[in-house]
Amino acid sequence: MAVNYGSKRLVVGAHYGLRDWLVQRITAVLMTLFTLVLLVQVLMPGPMGYDKWAGIFSAQWMKLLTYVVIVSLIWHAWVGMRDIWMDYVQPLGLRLVLQVVTLVWLIGCAGWALQVLWRL
Amino acid sequence: MRLPDALQYRLPLAAKVSILHRASGLLMFALLPFVIWLLDTSLSSEVSYERFAAAFTVGIGFVPAVLVKLVALALIWAFLHHLFAGVRHVWMDATHSVTRQQGQTSAVITLVGSLVLTVLLGAKLFGLY
Repeated sequence: MAVNYGSKRLVVGAHYGLRDWLVQRITAVLMTLFTLVLLVQVLMPGPMGYDKWAGIFSAQWMKLLTYVVIVSLIWHAWVGMRDIWMDYVQPLGLRLVLQVVTLVWLIGCAGWALQVLWRL
Repeated sequence: MRLPDALQYRLPLAAKVSILHRASGLLMFALLPFVIWLLDTSLSSEVSYERFAAAFTVGIGFVPAVLVKLVALALIWAFLHHLFAGVRHVWMDATHSVTRQQGQTSAVITLVGSLVLTVLLGAKLFGLY
């Protein structure tokens, strides 16, 4: 087996970067589709009010789509925020703290959004 | 390189679009709880829907409605710029449209398109039509 530690450690080729690149695009396409689907329903004839708005999100298929989009948004924002911290925050300790705060922030937001969605 | 040195660079439009792509993403990340609050109050009940609507007419607590609208306007711009810039990226990746001229043209479309739509939606938000 090839040596993969110390000065011989292979630091490229794990495709972490490719995975993030792909995730960023797939989640973006999902969020764009969601935006269009929501826009079409909002623009349907009929006065905008609570009944119409809540009606849009209470359909089971819309709930599932919104659920997928919430997860996509969190994942997408994580990749983007991680890029920002990696580029601009060089002290490792501070960067780790910011990344943890980012994750807590995002997971907290996702929990709240899902709670809103599922009690509808 | 220090920040004052970095600021000496004259950036092409594509670079400005790129920086604004990050800035708009960061802004939406920071304001995510506000967006979910809007989702929560608008969906939870008819009573909370009234509170949601009132945020844009009388404000939220001590925060005046005009400030709520300005924050919403910033979010609208951030979303549109981020969307345009994202579509630009996917378009570049899918069609290998990476010449300097294509980068310049698509940067103009991104900046202008998102600003025009922001102005249109902002006018609606502030009740101009």
